[in-house]
Formats: sequence, structure tokens, C-alpha cells
Amino acid sequence: MLNVGAIENGFVMDHIQAGKAMTIYHDLHLEDLDCTVAMIMNARSNKMGRKDILKVECPIDMLNVDIVGFIDHNITINVIENGEIVEKKELTLPKKIVNVIKCHNPRCITSIEQGLDQVFFLADPEKEIYRCQYCEEKYSGKRKRYPWSR
Amino acid sequence: MRHLMSPLDFTVEELEQMMDLAQKIERNPDRFAHICDRKKLATLFYEPSTRTRLSFETAMLNLGGQIIGFSSADSSSAAKGESVADTIRVISIFADIAAMRHPKEGAPLVASHNSTIPVINAGDGGHQHPTQTLTDLHTIRSLKGSIGNMTIGLCGDLKFGRTVHSLITALIRYPNVKFILISPEELRLPSYIKDDVLIRNNIEFEEVIRLEEALPHLDLLYMTRVQRERFFNEEDYIRMKDFYILDREKMKLAPEDMYVLHPLPRVNEIAVDVDKDPRAAYFKQVEYGMYIREALILTLLEMEVPAC
Repeated sequence: MLNVGAIENGFVMDHIQAGKAMTIYHDLHLEDLDCTVAMIMNARSNKMGRKDILKVECPIDMLNVDIVGFIDHNITINVIENGEIVEKKELTLPKKIVNVIKCHNPRCITSIEQGLDQVFFLADPEKEIYRCQYCEEKYSGKRKRYPWSR
Repeated sequence: MRHLMSPLDFTVEELEQMMDLAQKIERNPDRFAHICDRKKLATLFYEPSTRTRLSFETAMLNLGGQIIGFSSADSSSAAKGESVADTIRVISIFADIAAMRHPKEGAPLVASHNSTIPVINAGDGGHQHPTQTLTDLHTIRSLKGSIGNMTIGLCGDLKFGRTVHSLITALIRYPNVKFILISPEELRLPSYIKDDVLIRNNIEFEEVIRLEEALPHLDLLYMTRVQRERFFNEEDYIRMKDFYILDREKMKLAPEDMYVLHPLPRVNEIAVDVDKDPRAAYFKQVEYGMYIREALILTLLEMEVPAC
């Protein structure tokens, strides 16, 4: 088994659906940060069979982890300080997400207006429906979720 | 500073105040004739519109204000590729308030985020047309004395008609409003209005196909046009466009106090012979639309209103 060393300060994102770590890496814009990132892919998991793990050596408040809640709120985040887990973050569906998903309504102003943020708001927390702030079109793209998610 | 993007931007109480003001303006037009002296309304119409633009412009002129603007995207800097955000930043320097119609949904919201003056959504694609809803509410209130405790028939294209969707969403805030939804199977109210608005709020409604069946039970009939541009197939449009024609014969089935409303333009869904019926209120609706736009302009400009 391949071993990746523990991190001293930062956070670990566990239980990522196998193959999705790279997507989250990009969605969180980790490539823009001056920090070490370890990506473990296809690790064995009792619960999931296979899973991905991301270890990031930077303070968690530098990132918008709400995005992870939108992608899959079954992902777990452990905050590490001095080599110890100091916090387990509960992920919830964010009320608003900016520049993560794109409105596909061709009649929406986002299709032509330059420099406009793609903003979606949580319209129905029960049904987990997001709508575009501008045209209120329902986001119909796939949320990257596990098959056993609610 | 407030904008108007959706009919739900104002509470029922705020709308009552606005409709009271519209009534005052109707009764005492002279008292309001100079209230907006030196104020300018910019009508930013990126697509053609006759009634809405002229209604806004007349409303501002009636208040003593002035008008600037354009009536198509070709005659604006949008043709040169200017963004909505930049256009409104510039217009904010010239005018005191703006009314925007745009084919792209959400364009007026983008304008409001970048504006230093109040922005009114005068129609954004198939999304919202809040001043039509305010017009409809004010018409109902003026004709019936109040909004609520009534059965409203909505007839025609209930699938694509944004005026109908907005009106339903606005009317469920009033007590005891029931709906009879009159449409062919193909043009029924979409589930996101039926389930998320009517059923979720326990609003009583019934779906019927025949207009004759509904007419005797209505306090108000809201007719809509079947719009050619909504159909991919010309055959379907031709089949649907004459599905409902309200004429004098059918009006005999309706109660004496059942008013007929229509957002206009009408094509042939209301026969011309109905126009003389005292219950035909669709042209009066246009007039109420002008008064409520005057009241809206005064409200958004936070003008001090004379006591009447």
C-alpha cells in the first residue's frame, strides 16, 4: 500500500468519490495556492469500495469549502493543526454558489454579458434545487454525488 | 434605494399603499401634474414594445417629468457591444429612474446591481413582467373593490404565458382566491407553478378544457393570447390559436359582474363584439396600468405625495 505522510497544518478531505479529486482540486482553485497538495486516488474504502483523498497544507479559511458542500456533502473534512485533528467540518448545501456552475439557459443574460459572475441560489433545500440568480432557471447539470446519497 | 424586478418585491401592504396612490392619481390628476418636474425617466427598450413603453412614458409625462431613452437595441450602444452594466452606469448619470425591457432574462437585475438610480424591470424575455402584474392586481382591485374571496378563470396559453404565472404567484398572497385553469391539454400550467405554487400553498384550483363549463362560476376571466413564437411547429400553433374564442354568446353564460381582463395585444381570442359588453375591462386595464406605473415611479423616487 502506498503511504503519504501526515500533514502538520492544513486539512484532509476524505470520502471523495473515486476519480473526483481532480475535479475538486480545480473547483477549489487549489492550483492558485502556494501550498502542498497531496492527491490520493483510488484508495480502498470499506464504505465506498474506492475513494479519493485530498490533503492540503494551508489554512482552511483560505478556501471556499461551501463548494464542496454543493458537490457532495458526504465528503468529510478534517482540520489539522500541529498534526492533530482539531475540527471535523460538517458540510451543508451552500445558500449561494458563485462561479462553480454555469447557467445553460440561452435566454439568460449570463450568456452574453461580459464579466458577469455565475450566481446560483438554493431555491429548495428539501429537493436540493439551485436556480440561477438572473433567470431563475433550475440547474439541471449533474451534482457529483454518490449513488447512496439521499 | 429600491428597484422593481419581480411582483413579489413589494409586500401586500406596500402594494396596497401603491394602489391607493394610483387611485388618488386617477381621481386628482392635477395634484400630481408637476410632482416630477425636472425628473427624467430613461426607457431602455432593447426590444420593441408599444403598450409598455408608451404607458411608462405617458405615466412620467403625466407627473410632469421628462423622457429619454431608446426603443430598440439597434438604436442603442448595445449594437456596438456595450454591456448592460456599462449602459446603466452611463444612464444613471443622465436620468433619475430607468425602465428596462430586454430579451435576455435577468438583464434588468444586472442593471440594478450596477445602477445608482432605481431600475424597473419592464419585461425580461419569458421571465418576469412585474408592471403587468401590478396592472392586473390594480385592475382587479379597482373593479372589484378588493383582491381576494374570488374565483378567477385563467384561459388560453397557461404553459408559456408569463403574465399568468406571475399573476398566480402574486394572487396567492390574498385570502380565498380560487383558480379555474382553462386550457387545452398541451398548454396546461407547468408543474413548477402547479406543484410549487398552488399545491404547496393549498390553493384551490381546477383544470378544465371547455371555457363554457367554467364561465358560470367565475368572478373574473383572464384571457391570454396563444403566441406564435412559442411554437416550434406552425401546425401546432394553427391548431391551438383558435381553441378559445370568447364571443357574445359565451358571455351570456357568465355572471353579470364577471369582468374580462386581457394583457393585450389580442388577436382573435376575444371577438370584437365583446368590446361593447360592460364587463369587457381590457382597455380599462390599460388605463389602470398607466396609473399604477405613475404610483410606482413616485414610490421608487420616494417623492413626497400631496394630500388629496
